[in-house]
Amino acid sequence: MAVATQDTAIRTGRFARALIYLVLLLFVLFYMLPLYVMLVNSVKPLSEITGGGMMALPQVWTLEPWAKAWSTAQIGVQPTGLRPYFWNSISMVVPAVAISTVLGALNGYVLTKWRFRGDTILFGLMLFACFIPFQIVLIPMAAVLGFLGLSGSTAGLVLVHVVYGVGFSTLYFRNYYAVFPTELVRAAQIDGAGFFQIFWRILVPSSGPIAVVCIIWQFTNIWNDFLFGASFASGDGAPMTVALNNLVQSSTGVKEYNVHFAGAILAALPTLLVYIVAGRYFVRGLMAGSVKG
Amino acid sequence: MAANATPDFRTRLQTWLPKLVLSPSLAMVLVFVYGFIGFTVYVSFTNSRILPFVGPDGQPTHDLIGFTNYAKLFSLSHWEISLTNMAIFAGLYIVICTLIGLILAILLDQKIRGEGFLRPLYLYPMALSFIVTGTAWKWFLDPGIGLENIMQTWGWESFSFDWIKNRDFAIYTIVLAAVWQTSGFVMAMFLAGLRGIDNEILKAAQMDGASNWNLYRRIIIPQLRPAFLSAFVILAHLAIKTFDLVIAMTGGGPGRATELPATFMYSYTFSRNQMGIGASSAVIMLMTIAAIMIPYLYAELREKK
Repeated sequence: MAVATQDTAIRTGRFARALIYLVLLLFVLFYMLPLYVMLVNSVKPLSEITGGGMMALPQVWTLEPWAKAWSTAQIGVQPTGLRPYFWNSISMVVPAVAISTVLGALNGYVLTKWRFRGDTILFGLMLFACFIPFQIVLIPMAAVLGFLGLSGSTAGLVLVHVVYGVGFSTLYFRNYYAVFPTELVRAAQIDGAGFFQIFWRILVPSSGPIAVVCIIWQFTNIWNDFLFGASFASGDGAPMTVALNNLVQSSTGVKEYNVHFAGAILAALPTLLVYIVAGRYFVRGLMAGSVKG
Repeated sequence: MAANATPDFRTRLQTWLPKLVLSPSLAMVLVFVYGFIGFTVYVSFTNSRILPFVGPDGQPTHDLIGFTNYAKLFSLSHWEISLTNMAIFAGLYIVICTLIGLILAILLDQKIRGEGFLRPLYLYPMALSFIVTGTAWKWFLDPGIGLENIMQTWGWESFSFDWIKNRDFAIYTIVLAAVWQTSGFVMAMFLAGLRGIDNEILKAAQMDGASNWNLYRRIIIPQLRPAFLSAFVILAHLAIKTFDLVIAMTGGGPGRATELPATFMYSYTFSRNQMGIGASSAVIMLMTIAAIMIPYLYAELREKK
């Protein structure tokens, strides 16, 4: 997080401090509760959950629900488990993140170092696109994907996520490059360096942190997307979130809560891992998307 | 001649290159965002029911019918329920998130040991899909296996908590899960605001004998105005877009008790084959968000110049 630890001038007594810690810990319990429920119930037999033991630690530990959620649970017509849908999501997320990040970097470079009349308006148009309710584009997008023959395909979803992700990636790079010394760019220009040379040799080498922020943000958002996946990818081409929802909502047979929880963790795992490893960058991305960059 | 033309072309290319590089993204946004908005507005004025818009004979499959869809939309009890639910949901969600976020930020700002450990624990829900957390909440709140059952097995026999299955209360369970997911984020926004406040003013006020309560009420919280504004705008637009969480937790039910405009639009467009009405509801959603976002973005962009 971008906040520097700074001492506040407020002074608090001993009793007040104990109370503060108590409240903060209660909130930890509140925030950890669903994660605990998911984890602990994904490793116990179904009978322990239905018998009223949702909060208890497993009496019998088992990885059966995980195995079932991953490879044999009934999701579509076939009992394939979540595995193929996991790979659907991977093959959708990787190109979509790569393309939108590269485009964002180039756009940010142009909008800050090669400014022209009306560039702020163009940026405003791109920025507003980040916040539209996507319901407004579902109908024409379905029509266009059908026209292009991309309905239900991963390529179609990549296109959708690039189009609606480029606004945020442009925002990140624009705000980052705005404080990058323009004199360096001008000096290189005088030395005869071209547009791409300057970008590649001068801006890209110092873009590490913002690239990480952008990649993490796009990865998390696209992986977690449900609306586009549910609208444009049905059946075998569905991403992980849609498959998980189908698994949980399926009304046939016994409700295997432990398998649902294991599946939920599987769907959460990639973004959760990214958060654990690079949470600082994720929060920076969140903040840049809301408050002033 | 030829020797002359080459550098000339190169220089011209260099001046056009920036715009050329920007143009694919710009074209994408213009077509896929603004063009599509225009298209959806057009659909909302037609009696289209399903795709495609052009029949096999090359003739359009629909007629323009003016504002009929909007009139129909606002006469549907289904839409009225969605709007009422949205008002309840958005109101509670924004207020509770802001309160929890502010309280947590203020508490965390008291030189807390382990702040670096606590903050990520409050914020991690933002990294998770609403389908994932919705699943967890759905089963945790389920009277059959969740909270109610747990309390009863722990000995509180008469404990009853069936809100998620109860028409009158189901919407509040959506509020609970949504607050859980985003309040940590609001905390981070307020904390950033608190860390930007000048300590000298506070020290001076303390010298004058101001109590902590008064410091917060009169000096600190008023200075957090920009953070309040950002939080409001972000939360309001998240509220209007809420879709996945409802689908995962209740599917809009029981009955229509948790339908929101986003779920209304989806079901009218894709399952009920009432595309014209679906489009008109999407236009209403867009206009609501635009009314909140455009002034905000305009102010943000102008400030930066």
